[in-house]
Amino acid sequence: MPRQRYLQAITDGLAEEMSRDPKVIIFGEDVEASVMGDTRGLVDKFGRDRIRNTPISEASLTGMAVGAAAAGHRVVLQMLFSNFIYTGFDAIANQMAKLRLMSGGQARMPITVLASYGGGGSIGAQHSDSGYPALMNLGGLNVILPATPADAKGLLKTAIRGNNPSFFLEAIGRGGEMGEVPPGDVTVPFGKASIAREGRDVTIVAIGSMVKFALQAAKELEGRGISAEVVDPRTLVPLDEDSLCSSVQKTGRAVVVDEARDRCSAASHIAAILVDKAFTSLKGPVKRLTVPNVCLPYAPAAERRMIPSAAQIVEACAALVKKT
Amino acid sequence: MSEIEPKCPDAQLLSMYERMLLIRRTEERLKADAAAGNLPGGVHLYIGQEAVAVGICSALAESDMITSTHRGHGHFLAKGGDLNQMIAEIWGKRTGICKGMGGSMHVADFSKGILGANGIVGAGFAIATGAAYSAKLSNDHRVAVVFFGDGASNQGVFMETLNISSLWKLPVIFVCEHNGFSEFSPASTVTSGEIADRARAFKIPTTVIDGNDVVAVAEAATAAVRLARSGGGPSFIEAKTYRIQGHFEAESLFLAGSKYREEEEIESWRKRDPIEKLAATLVERGLTDHVGIEGIEARVRDRVTQAVQFAEQSEDADTELAFDLMFEGQKA
Repeated sequence: MPRQRYLQAITDGLAEEMSRDPKVIIFGEDVEASVMGDTRGLVDKFGRDRIRNTPISEASLTGMAVGAAAAGHRVVLQMLFSNFIYTGFDAIANQMAKLRLMSGGQARMPITVLASYGGGGSIGAQHSDSGYPALMNLGGLNVILPATPADAKGLLKTAIRGNNPSFFLEAIGRGGEMGEVPPGDVTVPFGKASIAREGRDVTIVAIGSMVKFALQAAKELEGRGISAEVVDPRTLVPLDEDSLCSSVQKTGRAVVVDEARDRCSAASHIAAILVDKAFTSLKGPVKRLTVPNVCLPYAPAAERRMIPSAAQIVEACAALVKKT
Repeated sequence: MSEIEPKCPDAQLLSMYERMLLIRRTEERLKADAAAGNLPGGVHLYIGQEAVAVGICSALAESDMITSTHRGHGHFLAKGGDLNQMIAEIWGKRTGICKGMGGSMHVADFSKGILGANGIVGAGFAIATGAAYSAKLSNDHRVAVVFFGDGASNQGVFMETLNISSLWKLPVIFVCEHNGFSEFSPASTVTSGEIADRARAFKIPTTVIDGNDVVAVAEAATAAVRLARSGGGPSFIEAKTYRIQGHFEAESLFLAGSKYREEEEIESWRKRDPIEKLAATLVERGLTDHVGIEGIEARVRDRVTQAVQFAEQSEDADTELAFDLMFEGQKA
């Protein structure tokens, strides 16, 4: 199977969907030159009507996405950093997430919002949040965190073709990572977790950027005689609760790894579900590895200290297996 | 003063009168039903501002789009929304235009270009601008109107969308209904300068008109729509009017004696009633007489009575529906 970079898979997914449906448009800050790289080159192919730079006006861009979708377009809105979602949050929380219900089902919201999340690049706390827990709590938004190039392309296609607002969150600084991508028009469904690695002794539920570290940890654990299963939910809304529970029913142990701050994180939500629905299979507590309840500091060593690492996952799994 | 070329829609005057009266009698009935405790939530009434919604919408086609405000019943009816479905919505019934899921502040009929009343002050700016962008890309000659108040003009997205719509020459019409109040604060205490000057700063054609004169409103709208359809970009219309009712019905219970305006001020605006003004014009121009006016009155009252009966006889909203409506094709 051909191998491709994460960013190139996204660019290809965008180009294929724009070719497939003339109603697909992209707008956002600097999407033409594309500092993030995901929309690079598309303006030459599709023209400035369909891919357009906007002023730095996030509060309006999110509302414009709602209006353009209501008027019949299929909108891809590039918001750069997930922190900038906060700047545009009113129309996300009060319009995008709610108008379908509030209008009795009349409003159709085919909107895909792209943004990069997470730390590790010393860009400071205002550019490194993993803001998806707030999005998950709103109710009317799909939340997508692809961990591989294939999932990025396949989930992006599903998002763009769907008629619900979807947040497609890219792990920052990871666009160069390679992976196998099936050729042709292959979509990946929402709400279907991926078993990234099979195992018997402990389930590592890894979200987005943490999947890579979880796989590294699983390899390390194998050397210690511990067989870890890595489950990647791929979409947090909708969430494949059945697959998560099945894995834990098999292994009896769970460590949930998430780059969001711990309080009300995706990890805490998933841990609560596992305790609720797989309680009798659990041999010990469900452990969470998350960012502590601090903003990510700038200094590289201080920042690194806050983000879950492969070594921490190894230790957490080993300790859990040993205790139980 | 006007930078927009006028056109008088004489033939439409009678139908505009009936539409304005329909809004007035509907709002009066809602006022009575709110006072009697018959309505589930609060209502924000449009009494006194009818000429703005009706004048603007008289220049629009059904496929044109509007965004409305928390005070949205008038815009809904002026754009052709169904009275029965609106009243049923306010009563929380499954026959409501939003199946009882939105309520008074959220009446919407997408099939008629009514992208919704909205509970967030200023939300319509960006929605209308995005809708206008879509219309421009589709080259379908639709226009989008954003109705907003003087209060909403102090939201930052007003500036952002003036900038984008002017820059991209979008077919959007900004209609500021200057009704004198940001909720319970008089405009003079919260708004500096002239709101129209904010639009002028972006080189957007701007006109300030008497919002209680439906003919003036319709003329301004016609010119703005023509400009938008021909690719000339956005316009700004500031219609000076007055909010006769409070911010919402039952506010006196919450304010507990606090006052934010004088009765004399309200009275002075009652004397400038837009519906009475139009009735005088109709008679003066020989388009109808007092018998004709009474006939319209009877017809309108009958429609309002029937709409309330329709709502009363309708089933309550389906509580389970909420789980199906969060997403299309996906359970919440």
